[in-house]
Amino acid sequence: MQYSKKLWMNVNAWLLLLPAVVFVGAFTHYPIVTSLIHSFYNFPRGNRPGAFLGLENYDQMINDPIFWQVLWNNLWFALGIIPTSIAIAILMAMWVNGKLVGRGFVRMAYFTPTVLPMIAVANIWLFFYTPEYGLLDQISRLFGGGSHNWLGNPDTVMWCMIALMIWKEAGFFMIFYLAALQQIPPDLGEAAAIEGAGRWYYFRRVVFPLLMPTTLFVMINAGVDAFKTVDQLIIMTKGGPDNASSLLLYYIYEVAFTFLDSSYAATLTMVLLVILAVIAIGQFVYFDPRIHYQ
Amino acid sequence: MNQIGERGFYAWLETLGAWLLAILWLLPLVYAFWSAVHPPEFSTEFKLLAPLTANNFVRAWGYAPWTRYLINTFLLVTSILAAQYVLCTLAAYAFARFEFWGREVLFALLLLQLMIRPDVLIVENYRIIANLGLLDTVLGIGLPYMASAFGIFLLRQTFKSVPTELVEAARVEGASTLTTLWRVFVPLAKPTYVAYGLVSVSYHWNNFLWPLVVTNSVESRPLTVGLAIFGAPESGVDWSIITAATVMTIAPLLIAFLLFQRQFIQSFLRAGIR
Repeated sequence: MQYSKKLWMNVNAWLLLLPAVVFVGAFTHYPIVTSLIHSFYNFPRGNRPGAFLGLENYDQMINDPIFWQVLWNNLWFALGIIPTSIAIAILMAMWVNGKLVGRGFVRMAYFTPTVLPMIAVANIWLFFYTPEYGLLDQISRLFGGGSHNWLGNPDTVMWCMIALMIWKEAGFFMIFYLAALQQIPPDLGEAAAIEGAGRWYYFRRVVFPLLMPTTLFVMINAGVDAFKTVDQLIIMTKGGPDNASSLLLYYIYEVAFTFLDSSYAATLTMVLLVILAVIAIGQFVYFDPRIHYQ
Repeated sequence: MNQIGERGFYAWLETLGAWLLAILWLLPLVYAFWSAVHPPEFSTEFKLLAPLTANNFVRAWGYAPWTRYLINTFLLVTSILAAQYVLCTLAAYAFARFEFWGREVLFALLLLQLMIRPDVLIVENYRIIANLGLLDTVLGIGLPYMASAFGIFLLRQTFKSVPTELVEAARVEGASTLTTLWRVFVPLAKPTYVAYGLVSVSYHWNNFLWPLVVTNSVESRPLTVGLAIFGAPESGVDWSIITAATVMTIAPLLIAFLLFQRQFIQSFLRAGIR
């Protein structure tokens, strides 16, 4: 009796799970495994089947200067976005949380970029950066500056992409800080004020530490986004000039669908997967115990 | 007295800062609207009394099959959402209310999808969709997203909080497993469904790279891909028309956001905090 009930539970549960398991397996786990397998083979062309290469693709990758360049780019991209967008998001959240004239409007303004498609945003920002006619050059001319080819110059193109990404994401991160700020009891602030603590001191010693779990959450999200957001490159730079703005996922896209080398693309995908896995493991192992330190 | 004056000054300064940042944040959008409703010669000249025109919209509309793109996007987001609701509800119910063999392992395996989304597996997923013969179809774009670990996780949390008495009461009345799910769990999880739905629709309305990869004809392209092709420098259309097309593309979601601002922000928050 007991046994058959258990069996019935199992059958029921697995029937409920079956559709989701099939779909997640087919489009997440299976492709992860085939990426690994294909990274050991060369790409079949015409009638010639793919041959086993062992680690040759990885060898090619290590000797591929573009690979190293896009990897570094991606790292700088992430480092450029994370601290600044966190600082701006905290500032936004504190403002929107306080007594502000037109608070609803200000919050709306901060959050709007989150709901816009990156592709539309890239179209608009492309024009900001256009030499001579673009808004940025028009402003720079007001102050007596000359014309710049912001996206055509390897020294400035990455900064342009970082600025765009901060604008796109800060408002999204703001809402998490806003929720966290609303959890902080107001008497803490009052107590600090009575003790004569300045606002900056109160922020640094009380508010910021209490926001730490949110900061870690935002850091991880921003980090993952930096590795998987490449829509803007397709519109604005195509990774150029000379791969100066290219990112890992964009390079994968190029290798797979422009150079049609899906084996090498699979090899590059493995690197991206490892990076994402490291971030995920870091989150679970290192951060999770600390997040709940209160 | 002096202290209050100082405080008032700081409050004033902060309001100013908050508003300046808000204006800066809206600038790109305002600029797109400006350029879309003015003749091309005013797209870089900001004169208050510049003449207004709807001509950019008319021309943009005529240059590309926007209705088709819009229908494709609509079919895409609704089919994904419908499938996600069904698949995630069933799976979340199993995780929340059943003891079964392999539960912990399976749950951990599913959570992998939270980090490694189908978006980064474009190369292999392209191969799979090609083998299924679904390249260049709306179904082919949607298929990889139809089961979402994120949706399962969110609904599982909600289902776990359903009071046991309600479930017992349903069982006493002789309700089957699925009836209980439909009559007790689903109605109680309505806010979660709304939150998840808004996030899912926004995500797939805006998604670009994967649809770009799997589509190559007007019949299946969503709005984002249509806009990217339209706006490409090779297309030779002038700037005012591109901004008009951009405004048209973002309008439906933007209007929905402006109308239901609170729900949007709440949903993104709920979905993010998990």
